[in-house]
Amino acid sequence: MSVKLNTRQVGDVTVVDVAGRITLGEGSSALRDALREMVSKNQKKILLNLGEVSYIDSSGIGELVSGFTTVTNSGGQLKLLGLNKRVKDLLQITKLYTVFDVHEEEASAIRSF
Amino acid sequence: MDSTLESVDSAEALALGVAERAGFDEDDLMKIGLAVRESMVNAVVHGNRYSAHKKVRFLAAHHDTRFTVRIADEGEGFDMTHLPDPLAPENLMRTSGRGIFLIRSFMDEFEMKRLEPGGTEVTLVKYTVSK
Repeated sequence: MSVKLNTRQVGDVTVVDVAGRITLGEGSSALRDALREMVSKNQKKILLNLGEVSYIDSSGIGELVSGFTTVTNSGGQLKLLGLNKRVKDLLQITKLYTVFDVHEEEASAIRSF
Repeated sequence: MDSTLESVDSAEALALGVAERAGFDEDDLMKIGLAVRESMVNAVVHGNRYSAHKKVRFLAAHHDTRFTVRIADEGEGFDMTHLPDPLAPENLMRTSGRGIFLIRSFMDEFEMKRLEPGGTEVTLVKYTVSK
């Protein structure tokens, strides 16, 4: 299985539920395309729910960084929700954990925008 | 192995099979899997550039306390002495360049060498007991 994305609106925040593997190939490109589409539709508040992400490699991390840069440069905000230990450890090792605004609970993540 | 992303998946699975039998716990298996994946991606994407005419050689073995993976591509090689530091402030927001850093973080030993007449070989080692 690669990655599955489900997009929903909570007020003016676009929540993207990501499940599966964000790795080089289908997984990373699907995330990239979804974020680009949201930016093109002028969606400014994006919350990536990574609670069901089982695996991420350096390409997947690259897409998170790319998405963050793209959304931020367009005047928006991209935040992360529900990191498991694996993803959290990777972001900490690569010193990206403090770059992103990371939340553990959806309601407070939504309020933070 | 062929220079495809499917080979990356296969190599990771093979390595994890050997690693599991060697007795690594879940946390170490995650690290080994990711290190092998990153090494295979480097060989397939950067070394062989997905060429159908170039192969990746792959070995995974366990002997005594050493779990070893060796991966060799048939590419043109690269400058191993000037790899950018992905943790440097000017590189932090780059979208690539973290693979070798992660391999070094997760394995106990990591060696790269140029092959003659061409290609790059990497050797990854993880000890089954802490040294």
